[in-house]
Amino acid sequence: MKNRPDYVAHACLLLGVVLFALPVWLVFAGSTQDSNAIERGEISLMPHLGGLGIYPDVLLHGSMGSAPVWHMLMVSFGMAMAIAVGKIVISVLSAYAVVFFRFPFRRTAFWVIFITLMLPPEVRIIPTYAVMSQMHLINTFPGMTVPLIASATATLLFRQVFAAVPDELVEAARMDGAGPLRFLWDILLPVSAANIAALFVILFVYGWNQYLWPLLVATTPGLDTIVIGIVKMIGVETQTQWNAVMATAVLALLPPVVVVVAMQRWFIAGLTEGDK
Amino acid sequence: MERRTLFQGWKLPVALVLPQLLLTFVFFLWPAGQAVWYSMTQQDPFGLGSVFVGLSNFRELFADPLYVHTILRTLVFCFAVSALAMTVALALALVANRELRGRAIYRTLLIWPYAVAPAMAAILWLFMLDPEIGLLGHPLVKAGLPWDYHVSGLDAQFLVVLASSWKQISYNFIFFLAGLQSIPQSVIEAARMDGARGWRRLRTIILPLLSPTMFFLLVVNLVYAAFDTFGTIWALTEGGPGKATETLVIKVYRDGMINQDIGGSSAQSVVLMLGVIAITAVQFRFMGRRTKT
Repeated sequence: MKNRPDYVAHACLLLGVVLFALPVWLVFAGSTQDSNAIERGEISLMPHLGGLGIYPDVLLHGSMGSAPVWHMLMVSFGMAMAIAVGKIVISVLSAYAVVFFRFPFRRTAFWVIFITLMLPPEVRIIPTYAVMSQMHLINTFPGMTVPLIASATATLLFRQVFAAVPDELVEAARMDGAGPLRFLWDILLPVSAANIAALFVILFVYGWNQYLWPLLVATTPGLDTIVIGIVKMIGVETQTQWNAVMATAVLALLPPVVVVVAMQRWFIAGLTEGDK
Repeated sequence: MERRTLFQGWKLPVALVLPQLLLTFVFFLWPAGQAVWYSMTQQDPFGLGSVFVGLSNFRELFADPLYVHTILRTLVFCFAVSALAMTVALALALVANRELRGRAIYRTLLIWPYAVAPAMAAILWLFMLDPEIGLLGHPLVKAGLPWDYHVSGLDAQFLVVLASSWKQISYNFIFFLAGLQSIPQSVIEAARMDGARGWRRLRTIILPLLSPTMFFLLVVNLVYAAFDTFGTIWALTEGGPGKATETLVIKVYRDGMINQDIGGSSAQSVVLMLGVIAITAVQFRFMGRRTKT
């Protein structure tokens, strides 16, 4: 074995790190620079610390007619949380029913849930929009979240986790007189905590990053998510305030990246074990 | 996976699956059924009603060379994104799997782009490559190179492939690294003893052992490129210039929401659904995921 550091490997990995980090650094650096200079093509990788004032500015007031960024961040956060928590709750409940009970049409129920895997919103844009408008869900917060909550993937994952719980544990709980709901709450949820955490990360990112769905069902500026808001900003033809756009982009990126990095241990385990 | 110990009763479990079933019916099965129905109808010119036309929307769709081109373009786009995102990720995973100082830090610095929204990847690369304001794009143009994705279809295609695969590398990297780590060190050792090194060891030992991971990732990447890149493409080019970057999902959106062609757009939706069903079937068939309850 050689003891010399593996320079080639370090070089490759650093190249990868730079490939990922460079565009984000550029957007951060640009957010602190003069919008007119950027317009002239003079963007640079050196941030100007004096320009950081743009952040409180866009957070409180927005720019170019957009809603204030804090408001768009709240809408995104609400959407991500509602989707993540909603998906986890209804998937835990249905997986629990399928694994621990025998009831009529159990298999049918499972297959109906499974079918949702095959029907992502992207493939049924028009008819889903029609159903949404019949139910008066266009331009409402429930309209942005509830239709995305049904989840075959999460149900499959929990079914797998619950199926691995040893029979002895169930037996012991029953001997102690625990009813089905007590068992779910006191035993099953605690032993699945790591899986729930992992799934939460994946679903939070999924919810935060939605674009097509809110674009379809929410057209009022009051319901703009941060991702929708930023794409609207770059679509403005004249007088684009580039530093404000870039500051908004940094703020849009930050929350999901923080969640993934902070919870990476659970996230990686959940992704590679559950989704295979 | 059959369990011996069960709880009794049927009312509680039915109540527990009901929310999930309800959402599935209302927002998945019902619209999917409607898509099939709309796809066989045609709006009359005054928008007063619709008539049943059978499969004529489909016949029209496939007789339209523009649609066939969009299918082919989407296929090329999907394979380009998958190939680029998987190759780079595999290369990074191979070096990250070596005994290195700072492995954990590298891993963190290579996985965070998973969290970047597809539409945000578009924004990031716009600032890199825009011909007027981009960090690299502007100097390119000043140096006299003809780079402008607003005008050149080829430039636009390059840009959407780049932005779409950039975002997907992290996901592939995580899976490749997990796959590599599950290869027993003894197998690698034995290959080393037999004198297999470098490229040969990669080709004859490591890649075959990684093939389940590769197949899984190929399916995931194709699906990602086909459906999840709407935000990337819409934010960068809206499918243009011309139709240079128009994928099937972009076309469904444009025809349905902007051009209000309900019948045609629904027929396209049905085609997409059949596509997803086929991919899912292949995935489950070859990956042996147990679906028995």
